[in-house]
Amino acid sequence: MAEGSKRKKKRAGLKRFLPLYLMMVPAFLYLLINNYLPMSGLVLAFKKYNVQDGIWGSDWAGMSNFTFLLKNRELPILFRNTLGYNICFILVNLVLGVTLAILITEIRSQRFRKLAQSSVLFPFVVSIIIVSYMVRGFLDPEAGLLNHLLQSFGGKRISWYDREQYWPFILIFVNTWKSVGYGCILYISAIMGIDMSLYESASLDGAGKFQKIRYITLPFLKPTMITVVLLAVGRIFNSDFGLFYQVPQGSGLITNATQTIDTFVYKALTSQSNIGMSAAASFFQSVIGFTLILLFNTVTRKLSKENALF
Amino acid sequence: MIRSKQDKYFEAAACIIMTVVMILVLFPFLLLFMSSITEESSLLINGYSIFPKEFSLGAYSYIWQSRDTIFRAYITTICITAVGTCLNVLITALVAYPLSLDYLPGKKIFSFLLLFTMLFNGGLVPTYMVYTTVLHIKNTYFALLMPNLLFSAFNAIIVRTYLRCNIPQELYESARIDGASELCIFRKLVLPLGKSIFVTIGIFSGLGYWNDWMNGLYYVSESSKYSIQQLLNVMVKNIQYLTQYGKSVAGEGIPSISLRMAIAFVAMVPVLILYPFLQKYFEKGITLGAVKG
Repeated sequence: MAEGSKRKKKRAGLKRFLPLYLMMVPAFLYLLINNYLPMSGLVLAFKKYNVQDGIWGSDWAGMSNFTFLLKNRELPILFRNTLGYNICFILVNLVLGVTLAILITEIRSQRFRKLAQSSVLFPFVVSIIIVSYMVRGFLDPEAGLLNHLLQSFGGKRISWYDREQYWPFILIFVNTWKSVGYGCILYISAIMGIDMSLYESASLDGAGKFQKIRYITLPFLKPTMITVVLLAVGRIFNSDFGLFYQVPQGSGLITNATQTIDTFVYKALTSQSNIGMSAAASFFQSVIGFTLILLFNTVTRKLSKENALF
Repeated sequence: MIRSKQDKYFEAAACIIMTVVMILVLFPFLLLFMSSITEESSLLINGYSIFPKEFSLGAYSYIWQSRDTIFRAYITTICITAVGTCLNVLITALVAYPLSLDYLPGKKIFSFLLLFTMLFNGGLVPTYMVYTTVLHIKNTYFALLMPNLLFSAFNAIIVRTYLRCNIPQELYESARIDGASELCIFRKLVLPLGKSIFVTIGIFSGLGYWNDWMNGLYYVSESSKYSIQQLLNVMVKNIQYLTQYGKSVAGEGIPSISLRMAIAFVAMVPVLILYPFLQKYFEKGITLGAVKG
C-alpha cells in the first residue's frame, strides 16, 4: 500500500516536472556540443592526431606533445607577454577605472555626466577589427596621422609596425581605451550607492575632498575592485586574442612584443602540422585557468565570503 | 549640501579632465569617418586627417557598386545576428525558468553542470576539432551561428537569479492551481515579467554576433558566406599581402584606404545608431554580470 502510493507520487512528480526538464534540453544539448565534447577533446594533447582515426581514435603520444612544446624557444616569451600584459591591463584598468568613476560622479550637470559615462563605455561595443583599422589610421607608416605629425614638427617617420619597442605601450593604450569603460561603469554604480550623508558629516568635521575620497569612497569601492580584479586574475593565462591578433596586423617583426599564448595556439593550429603541440598549449591553459579560479575563489571565500564566486 | 571652495575647484577639474578624456575616446571614430570621405589621392599625400583637403564620396559609391559582395556580407551578418539573438534568448529563458524554482529535483546537479562550463573549457584546439571533424560545420552558416555564441551559462545564471529574486513563486503556484501548463506559465508569466532581463541579455548576445569575426576566421573560407566583420578582416590580410610582396602586385581588386575606412564605418553604423538607446541596458548588463549568481 505504502509502496503503491510512493510509486504513484513518483509518477505524479515525473508528470509534473517533465515539462520543466524538457525546457532545459536545448541549453544542455548545446553545452554538451559546445563545451563538454571539446573538454573530452583535450585528450588531443596526449595524442598523435591523424585525420583518419579522428580525435578519440588516434594513437597515444604520451607526453611527446608537451616535450615538443617545452622545447619551443618562443615559450618563455609567450608566458612573459601573456602574464605581463595581463598584469599591466589589470593595474591600469583598475587605477584609471576608479579615477574616471570618481571624476564622473563629481560632475553635477546630469547631462554632461551621462555623456561622459556613455562616451567612456562606447569603445567597449565596437569590434576589435574596426579598432585595428583606427589604430592603422594613426600608425600607418606612409599615411598615418602620427607620422605626419612627426614630420610636420621636423621629426623622422617611424615604421611603427616594424619596431617592437613601441608595442607594449601601444597595446596597453589600445586595451585601456577599449575596455576601461567596463570597470568604470561598475565603480560608478558602486559610488552612486554610497549614502550622501556620510560625505556631509565628513564635511562638517572639516574633511577635505581628498580625505573624503580616501576614507569614504575608496573603502566603499573595495568589494567591487576585489571582484573585478579576481575575475581578471582567474583569466590571467588567457589573452584577448582579438587585441593581440588584429591590432598588430600580423606584422612579423614585432612578434616578440605581441605574441601571446592564444595567438601562438592559433598559429600552430593553422599550420596543420602542429595540432598536437597547439593542443598541448591549449590543455595547459585550460588546466592552469581552472586551478587559478579555484585557488582564488578559496582565498576570497576566506577573506570575504560575499565576494566569492561560488 | 554645503559646497566648499575646494568642492567647486574639484568639480571644475573633473569637468576639464573628462572633456579631454572624451575627446581622446571619440577622436579615433572621427578620424575613421573623416578618412572614409576623403579623396584617395589626398589621403596618400596628406595622410589620415580629421580636416580633409578634398572630400569625396567615392568610397561609398564604390560600396554601392560592389553591393553583391559587401551587401551580401552585411545581410549575412544581419540575419545571423537576428536568428542567433532570438535563439539565444529563448534557450536561456527556457533553462533559467526551471532552475529558478526552489523545488525542482536535481537543481543542484544542473546548476553545477552550468557553472562548470564557466570554470573549465576545452580551449580553441579541441573546440575547433570537434566542430570541424565531428559536426562538420566548416563553411556552413551554422559556423557563424553555433560556436560559443548561441548560449552561455553565464547569462543563464544571471537570468535565473533575476527570475528567482523578482518573480514570487506563489504566482506560478496559483497559475498551476488554475490549470495552467508549464509552457503556458512560461509564455504568460515568465516572458512578460522577465522582459527587462531578456532584453538585456538579448542586446549583449546581438552585439556578440554583430562583432564576431572569430567564428568566421576559424570556420569559414568561402567568400560567399563572409560576415561583414570577416570581410574587414580579409581586407587587412590584403594589406599585409601588399606590404609583403611590394607594391607591384597592387591591382584593382585591392581596396583603397578610404574604401576600407568606409566599409568599417558602415559596419559600425548600426551600433552607432542604436547605442544611445541601448546604453542603459549595457550598463545594466555590466553591473548584473559582476554580481555573482
